[in-house]
Amino acid sequence: MAWRPDFDTSETEIYQKRLTRLTYFVLIVFGVLLVRLWFLQIINGAKYRIQSENNRIDLRDVLPFRGLIFDRDGQLLVDNRPSFILGVVPEDIRGLDCLIGNLRRLIEIDGISTKKRIEEALKRDPFNPVYIKKGLTRDELARIETNTLSIPGVIIKAKPKRHYLYGTLAAHLIGYLGEIDREQLNREEYKENKPGDFVGKFGVEKKWQRYLNGMRGGQQVEIDASGRRLRVLYQKAAEPGFNVYLTIDRDLQMLAERSLYDKEGAIVVMKPGSGEILAMASSPTFDPNGFAKGMDKKGWERLVSNRYFPLQNRVISGQYPPGSLFKLVVALAGLEEGVIDPNEKIFCGGSYSFKGRVYRDWKEEGHGYVDLHRAIVESCDVYFYKMGQKIGIDTIAKYAKRLGFNCETGLQLGDEKPGLIPDRAWKLRRWHAPWEEGETLSVAVGQSFTLITPVQIVRFISALFNGGILFRPQVTKWIGRMNEERISEFKPDLTGYWDLKRENMELVKRALIGVVNEPHGTGKRARLDRTRVAGKTGTAQVIALPQEEESVQERDVPYRFRDHAWFAAVAPAENPEIAVAILIEHGGLGGAVAAPIARDLFESYFNKVKPL
Amino acid sequence: MFDRRLIHNFDWILLSVLIIIGFMSVLNLYSAAYSIRSMGGSQIYVRQICWYAIGFLILLLMTTFDYHLLERFAYPLFFVSLVLLVVVLKIGKVTHGSQRWLSFGYFNVQPSEMVKISLVVVLAKYFSKAEKIGDYRLRELLRPFMLIAIPFVLVVDQPDLGTALMLLIVSFSIIIFVKVNWKSILIFLSTALLAAPFFWITLQEYQKKRIITFLRPDLDPLGAAYHVTQSKIAIGSGLLRGKGFLKGTQTRLHFLPEQHTDFSFSVFAEEWGFVGSAMLLFLYLFLILWCLNIAKNSKDKFGTFVVVGIVASIFWQLAINVSMVTGLLPVVGIPLPLFGYGGSSVISTMAAMGLIMNVSMRRFIFQE
Repeated sequence: MAWRPDFDTSETEIYQKRLTRLTYFVLIVFGVLLVRLWFLQIINGAKYRIQSENNRIDLRDVLPFRGLIFDRDGQLLVDNRPSFILGVVPEDIRGLDCLIGNLRRLIEIDGISTKKRIEEALKRDPFNPVYIKKGLTRDELARIETNTLSIPGVIIKAKPKRHYLYGTLAAHLIGYLGEIDREQLNREEYKENKPGDFVGKFGVEKKWQRYLNGMRGGQQVEIDASGRRLRVLYQKAAEPGFNVYLTIDRDLQMLAERSLYDKEGAIVVMKPGSGEILAMASSPTFDPNGFAKGMDKKGWERLVSNRYFPLQNRVISGQYPPGSLFKLVVALAGLEEGVIDPNEKIFCGGSYSFKGRVYRDWKEEGHGYVDLHRAIVESCDVYFYKMGQKIGIDTIAKYAKRLGFNCETGLQLGDEKPGLIPDRAWKLRRWHAPWEEGETLSVAVGQSFTLITPVQIVRFISALFNGGILFRPQVTKWIGRMNEERISEFKPDLTGYWDLKRENMELVKRALIGVVNEPHGTGKRARLDRTRVAGKTGTAQVIALPQEEESVQERDVPYRFRDHAWFAAVAPAENPEIAVAILIEHGGLGGAVAAPIARDLFESYFNKVKPL
Repeated sequence: MFDRRLIHNFDWILLSVLIIIGFMSVLNLYSAAYSIRSMGGSQIYVRQICWYAIGFLILLLMTTFDYHLLERFAYPLFFVSLVLLVVVLKIGKVTHGSQRWLSFGYFNVQPSEMVKISLVVVLAKYFSKAEKIGDYRLRELLRPFMLIAIPFVLVVDQPDLGTALMLLIVSFSIIIFVKVNWKSILIFLSTALLAAPFFWITLQEYQKKRIITFLRPDLDPLGAAYHVTQSKIAIGSGLLRGKGFLKGTQTRLHFLPEQHTDFSFSVFAEEWGFVGSAMLLFLYLFLILWCLNIAKNSKDKFGTFVVVGIVASIFWQLAINVSMVTGLLPVVGIPLPLFGYGGSSVISTMAAMGLIMNVSMRRFIFQE
């Protein structure tokens, strides 16, 4: 590169001048910094030296109030109550043994383990308080407060504690809190939180954690060597979390849970025209207040090891064989494919022989000649054995998936299960065995490998009566604070659409009205006088009792082998406002056990909603 | 190609100043890490020694070629560093919620440090080629503005607001040095102020929050505001002669946050007092004045501008860092160059010092 005469003399001079000015500027800034250091270290140095030796600045968290949870009518379900924690600042203790002795005279504590913990903290981090007792009673609080002078180093911290007003009410849906774990602490959405915080671990508490949590505030408090608060140097108020209004109807939810009392099972009530969940009950249940206290190890183990899985939300994570409910899928598939002629009558003599095996109908003496309508109304198995065989397993599976099974409904409450719709490819993949034709017959009446969840059923029956729209079930009506703009508001969320012929859906709907309202219908016990109910019963075998065996009396079967009882219904049939799915584990016959519960729910709902 | 005069002109003084600063940095980190030994941080000073070793090698490497080579390849280099910035956004390592690092197995590279240098080089080339001397109007600054805007946006996106701010400050220092029409500056500032609200509206909620916490960290009483209070106590309690090496109580009791990075100056000031901290400041002042002298003696405009750009970067980082630990400015997370702990920062600063040395060595050599 050739040298360029870049700098002619005039230019050189210009830049020299600027560089000189730059130098002055640098000198001035350095001068300012030096003066500042002089000011800090020489003029005010003594003050800072004293602070560094004697005083310290304590940081106090001001915890935000977690947002409240209400039902759809604004009834309070969850709030916060103050709870008091006893702590000790190791650095401020004068004589550990003396302190523990004094404390034991005032309240009940475990002296040995407390001493050990304080001794450990003394070595590690003497300025941070060690918490030795949670949930002080008013009485204990008063005793401590009046004796503060004799127990230096003891502090009391007020902390809001989550309070679930109705205990177990909607426990699975609302969820519970737990201490934040290591993995969560590293995540962006928990950056407001610190170790020891309680955050949503399940259900709505977890789903809306970021809104419920609020923003923590803080105080810088200057404290002298003996731990007295000198003054608040700086503070910021905490910002409470946003409230969550659920779509749940408290009264309906209570009724649903009462109906499940001493049973295992699930009930879900939904608005067919929008997907709003009105009630969601799962039994057995648990009391989330136990978690808010900070559950001890024993309590937790009791919950987890319980053989009836109280923590499981059976509505979304319980997978069950659908029983006769699945006949509706077979019926729709057969009608769409032209395999089922609704007027064709088939003889049912109580059993059906196929490839050398006898497939029984639930009604030993048979139903006689039945068409599609009667086959659904009376839940004739033989009719569906035949039709299922004609339609074929892959077609049934294709329709079942199209109608919304074999995938999550998208409720987003955690741990939703997809269920299972078997077909030839699945069996080959899963069991490395070809599909057997006989299995198609079992599938057609809702047995075999097929598994569905209660929430899928309520969505299914809703879609059947709302014209084929699959709404995403939702539990949140709105989030926000009173008199403020809402953060999020319920909007129906269409997740799918049934591409079926209207007249076929009408045929099945009419049959479901028959199930409840005709003399031979299996769902008679859900009938209401004022409103027309439509529904379908189901009785799902838990294990396939050998078909050849003599039929056994229900009460002779051990509990865990008894059939699950299903009932799914909507009302009013003409213009449905409410849909329910009920599952009673090992309950026996759907029509006998589950249908009356649906009736109660409908009655309660229609009595509450007064006609305008 | 290689000229004996180069060795003759080697800037031993600059090198010595750097070595002294490096030595003080390691000593100080040893003290800072001494207190966090229980937390497994004792190896920090050893790593800092490694960074300095690598840094000095790179510094020597940067003197081996004629810096006009850089001038020739300014744009391609700039382009490469921009590409790296884009790459880091796509596949970079995420730490503390921002994406700044490219991971190469054993070591990580921070492309935003590289872009700091290449932006200075590109701007120096642009202005050294320009026909005019001074009084740039806004219209004529359109291209440099574009050059600044692209890396700025990419770095903001990581987000690394500290480095983004440095990019802006350094670029504007260069532009003011080449002399822009004051009227243009006024127009520019007023339009920027007018446009700010509209820009603000288009930001996402989380972006707004990020900028607010960057500019007003004192809003977080348990975070930055607390840090400043403790830092002031640490510095002030050093008095005239300090508490002595390894005897800083603020440091030992973990009252000082990030004592090995952003608050390393406070650790030093507590242990060595006003005498020590003033000496450290004078050392930096000497370094900066020495470099400005190199800029003065550079044989061409490009050299001058490159040196001025780099000096501006060092100067502003130092001024901002010291102001922030002494409570003159909000805590914006800009480390003290060469003194605080950090591989990328030490190495890139040493590379930049190498460039200055390069200019210094070739001030008398004219190639035919």
